Amino acid sequence: MPTPDDVVITGIGLLTSLGEGAEANWAALRGFSAPVLDRERFAPYAVHPLPEIDWSQQIPKRGDQRQMEAWQRIGTYTAGLALDDAGIKGDEALCATMDMIVAASGGERDVDVDSMILEKAGESDEDIGIAINQVLTTELRPTLFLAQLSNLLAGNISIVHKVTGSSRTFMGEEGSGISAIQTAAARIRAGQSTHALVGASYNGEHPDMLLGFELAHLCLRGEWAPVWDREPIEGGGMITGSGGAFLVLESRSHAEARGAKIYCTLGRIAADQGPVGTQQTTARLERLAAETGIAEADMIVSSASGALARTADEKAFLAAHAPSVPVRGITSAFGFLRDAQFPIAVAVAALSLSHGEDLPPLGSDFETQAEKAPSSIGVLTTGFCAAEGMVVLTKANGGGE
Amino acid sequence: MTRFTDHAGRPVIAITGAGVVSSLGAGKEENWAKLTSGQSGIHTIRRFATEHLRTTIAGTVDFMTPAEAGSGALTYALAEAAALEAIREAGFAIDDFGGPMFLAAPPVELEWWQRLKLDEDGRKAGGTAPGYDRLLLAARAGAHPDFFGSTRFGDVAAKLQTRIGARGLPITLSTACASGATAIQLGAEAIRRGEAERVISVGTDGSVTAEALVRFSLLSALSTQNDAPEKASKPFSKDRDGFVMAEGAGAFVMESLESATARGATILGILEGCGECADDFHRTRSKPDGSPAIAAVRAALADAGAGTDGVDYVNAHGTSTPENDKMEYLSLSTVFGEDMASIPISSNKSMIGHTLTAAGAIEAVFSLLTIRTGTLPPTINHLNPDPAIALDVVPNVKREADVRRVLSNSFGFGGQNTCLVIAAQPA
Repeated sequence: MPTPDDVVITGIGLLTSLGEGAEANWAALRGFSAPVLDRERFAPYAVHPLPEIDWSQQIPKRGDQRQMEAWQRIGTYTAGLALDDAGIKGDEALCATMDMIVAASGGERDVDVDSMILEKAGESDEDIGIAINQVLTTELRPTLFLAQLSNLLAGNISIVHKVTGSSRTFMGEEGSGISAIQTAAARIRAGQSTHALVGASYNGEHPDMLLGFELAHLCLRGEWAPVWDREPIEGGGMITGSGGAFLVLESRSHAEARGAKIYCTLGRIAADQGPVGTQQTTARLERLAAETGIAEADMIVSSASGALARTADEKAFLAAHAPSVPVRGITSAFGFLRDAQFPIAVAVAALSLSHGEDLPPLGSDFETQAEKAPSSIGVLTTGFCAAEGMVVLTKANGGGE
Repeated sequence: MTRFTDHAGRPVIAITGAGVVSSLGAGKEENWAKLTSGQSGIHTIRRFATEHLRTTIAGTVDFMTPAEAGSGALTYALAEAAALEAIREAGFAIDDFGGPMFLAAPPVELEWWQRLKLDEDGRKAGGTAPGYDRLLLAARAGAHPDFFGSTRFGDVAAKLQTRIGARGLPITLSTACASGATAIQLGAEAIRRGEAERVISVGTDGSVTAEALVRFSLLSALSTQNDAPEKASKPFSKDRDGFVMAEGAGAFVMESLESATARGATILGILEGCGECADDFHRTRSKPDGSPAIAAVRAALADAGAGTDGVDYVNAHGTSTPENDKMEYLSLSTVFGEDMASIPISSNKSMIGHTLTAAGAIEAVFSLLTIRTGTLPPTINHLNPDPAIALDVVPNVKREADVRRVLSNSFGFGGQNTCLVIAAQPA
């Protein structure tokens, strides 16, 4: 039964390789046949690139755009889309009391400066530490640091969109996105907050980001395949992408009082982390499934990364515990968006429920056809190297427990 | 309001364990003895080459890990030391804490020694030109499991979770220089929601590197008074010229007072309130009227159910930058009015420097010790007061005082403002 304290979703902002805006992404997913991939720029790695964006649509001042690196621009832009969608953008009173939790790891290095130092390291007889100091001191753009700092995505959202009730930034790959939504929703449910902006963004089009994953041999190097089917392909199974996902969460009473459109009701988020052996991972997934009731949902939207071991564990868990529930691995379509993996899966589930349409299979035989439009959808994130999170979403008038 | 609930009917939060490491030393005892005697931990940097750098001083912690282990290893070691001290004091098993963890930690990236090693490996693997293609080749060609850990933002939390047996998915957070306070705030909120009977909140920062110094220097944030390192950090002085980067960690174990009392724990103090407000003015500068900082202070007092007349001492953010100290004075004098002249306020950063991500947690520990010992730590290097800042900064020498309630301020880049109210246990 719906209650005034339910947490509901009233705004969705999406920006991915498939397009801009919640509706465009939903339409692209419904008609999905193949991903948008750039195979040239970072060969032998492919990335799901961002489309051409007119940043001034959400970040009007050129000066603000220049102060950001790509991940911050994506996030600030997507946050603006979510606020617009919720009908909160530009409402000074609502923005000034709005809480914000951003999942952001951040950090984009200046490739030219780094390359300059590496070049110097090879040819210099000088102490390399001294040479590094000299290049950094003379070559680093003074404001680059602010475009790298994790909490400055939230800072830019405050500056551009005037969201100032509170500002917290969580870090740590998929886990940060899970915790961000979990904490924002728990605060609303407990009356510590009435409305919150929560989400994440990621720029996959940067060699330093690829380097982080490839240090553990996680990147796929052959042809694209759906996330569930990458074991036979050369490399580690992950294809990264660029994109962002932001949500506006509200208490049902707050949303109804201002006449907001309600996408769906968000249940309690369950999350855990521990040793990543198959046995321990499975035990945690089983416990989270029992807490959330995910196996009873009509559909499961998964943000499985494609990373071979963790995705195999997730696949086996789903086959064993939710064999009759149709699963959709949305990373097949969007690419891996690190901190945004859980938020974007929640957004897709919300769109499916509000449209009253199922999400068709995204190319894998593991994804069976749905028999009906779902009225409850489970979201599952098994982090590529740590963290697991689950939640069940129900239709707008559904109960939140 | 009962013994176990506060003015808003929420669980009262007891602090039952505290731990700290700074450039002054490891542990509360050593830190407090040195801090109250006005000793500085700021020194000339010896850990790495400082040629070409405008600032060559810092409050680095050089006694925890070998220099070559890098900043990730130090950040973890600092967090572990502070967390273990807090857990031991609270009387829990150090490997089975059993509550959730909130960790304020600096953002991570591969360090230069790691990039250079990868470049070398890439050259051996046949890479021709230096650059990211060669680094990626090295990554593909060899095994670098430790380097992978250095790129993971959740790595320190995952290791610490395993070490202390924290429950659930740990939260790693960054609200810039307010991070340590935010970690405590998140923990307090979780107890108030009834999600946990006990939590551990940690702030840690071991990230003083040449590149970090360059980054802050380019923003003109650092003191360049390199000649007398221990005198460079001079909050609220007329000749202050920036903060001094530093390292350290602070930790609190917090519990519902009810649960702490039931198990017979020693109650060290009460976390009464937290308040925050974001600033939308500028990435590094505060709104000129100080309104976000004012709102954060007021929100913390309201959350604590305390009036402006109930604060006995303020643990300042007090970074020693021209901008911060002026803004902090403006906001406090706005909130407290004429009373502010008689409320002592001091800056720990005059001695330990600005420990960045850890600062809010370390200063919360020192705020607690102020209450418990009745000693106000001084603001050292206060020889040339800024006439525009009329505050009782406890200049240069500690002072004895009966302190029942402390306001601890944290303000950071990106418009972050978080304040904590810490109080003595009600009699």
